[in-house]
Amino acid sequence: MSTISAAGFHNRHVLDLDDFSREEIEEVLETTESMKEILAREIKQVPTLRGKTVVNMFFEESTRTRISFELAARALSANVINFTAKGSSVEKGESLLDTVRTLQALGADMIVIRHSQAGAPHFVARNFKGSVINAGDGRHAHPTQALLDLFTIREKLGGLTKLKVVIVGDLLHSRVARSNLWGLTKMGAKVTLCAPPTLLGPSQFWQATWPNVELSYNLDTALKGADVIMALRLQKERQLTGLLPSLREYQTFFAITMERLALAKKDVLVLHPGPMNEGVEIMPEVINSKHSLIEAQVTNGVAVRMALLYRLVNAGQPA
Amino acid sequence: MSEKQIFNADEIRRALIRIAHEIAERNEGIRDLILVGIRQRGVPLAARIAAALADSEGQEVPVGQLDITLYRDDLSLRGPAPIVRKTMIQHDITGHTVVLVDDVLYTGRTVRAALDALADLGRPARIQLAVLIDRGHRELPLRADFVGKNMPTSREEKVDVRLRETDQTEDAVIIVHPDS
Repeated sequence: MSTISAAGFHNRHVLDLDDFSREEIEEVLETTESMKEILAREIKQVPTLRGKTVVNMFFEESTRTRISFELAARALSANVINFTAKGSSVEKGESLLDTVRTLQALGADMIVIRHSQAGAPHFVARNFKGSVINAGDGRHAHPTQALLDLFTIREKLGGLTKLKVVIVGDLLHSRVARSNLWGLTKMGAKVTLCAPPTLLGPSQFWQATWPNVELSYNLDTALKGADVIMALRLQKERQLTGLLPSLREYQTFFAITMERLALAKKDVLVLHPGPMNEGVEIMPEVINSKHSLIEAQVTNGVAVRMALLYRLVNAGQPA
Repeated sequence: MSEKQIFNADEIRRALIRIAHEIAERNEGIRDLILVGIRQRGVPLAARIAAALADSEGQEVPVGQLDITLYRDDLSLRGPAPIVRKTMIQHDITGHTVVLVDDVLYTGRTVRAALDALADLGRPARIQLAVLIDRGHRELPLRADFVGKNMPTSREEKVDVRLRETDQTEDAVIIVHPDS
């Protein structure tokens, strides 16, 4: 392990929300509000990260997260380098460690990384002198998505305490759900996870970490009293691996439809991290309804990522 | 540590009223004027000057709040990143006279950051600076247009402005000497 103390390591990187305190999350959400004001200006740029280099390292495809990070870094005047595995020396067999060392030697100050392997951002963080932000690793974590979800809900409802949030979909494979569980429970929300048994997994798998989380196989009953519904993307390839009898069956029992919204609270809000399979896990009418916060999520994503980049502005300096 | 009060609540009130009069006099009224308080303590001071202007001129002056954290030149020298508060200037500043308001003018670096921040929000016709205390030790070629009190200090001293809005205490300006 590195010689950096736990606290220092935590302040230097954003790897997941498990090591964020409620106060720290609140601080990020408050900073996000200030960042949102900047994005509403005619000149959407402040000089805060001038001269710093942010490398977006995406080993997995992404539209919104990558563009969102790029816009956020540019709004803070950082130099942005986009690195994709395709077309890089990774194709010649260069290892992740060598790639990170190369970026460090080239003067990178921050690395934003998405990787299909859980733990890859931690590995990079231990081998890089600057700061690392996890933009999604395997099934493990996607902290910036969770923070933008928290911000979007809080912005609409004024707070998160005691809200009933139902997360529905492919929970077994969802890094978005896991990071949101950390964030939502720390902020005092009550979370219900809902999925067919094959996509939910055993209850102790969840309750060992989040003892108060509720589990359900029945969306219609789970939605009772819900303030917020988070639909997850159904990864279509799962059907091929035998976890689902058919997409049609999933849609029948777990899709978010207008009829199902009527089972929740009257002004229930719907979130989706994207990309969406319209007509599978969520119906187009829902996406376009007044319940949907899906566009706000994307917009808020830039401000949240600005707040996180700002949080790490000094982190690269040895104390 | 020893403390010396240099301004009490009454003196602060009178200084702000005088500054308000000077602002109106210098600008021949308060047309096209916008007051912008620099966070934290410039904000309540701007509101008080605006109230004094409303009293004497019979007209409201728009008041905005400016957070300069993202424009600081010493971010990487400080500890953990300070909290960024919201900038709220509802009015378009382009073509207007902006009076920046802050509590203490010291090195001038905060004002420098505020000027950069304002430039990103528009192009004012002119920018003026009002401060409650000018304590000297400028590190940049800047001066204030309106000063509540000039107070020579040493760099070791700390000038503490306490306001009822931000500090939940009676208004006062206090110089804190470190014990030698």
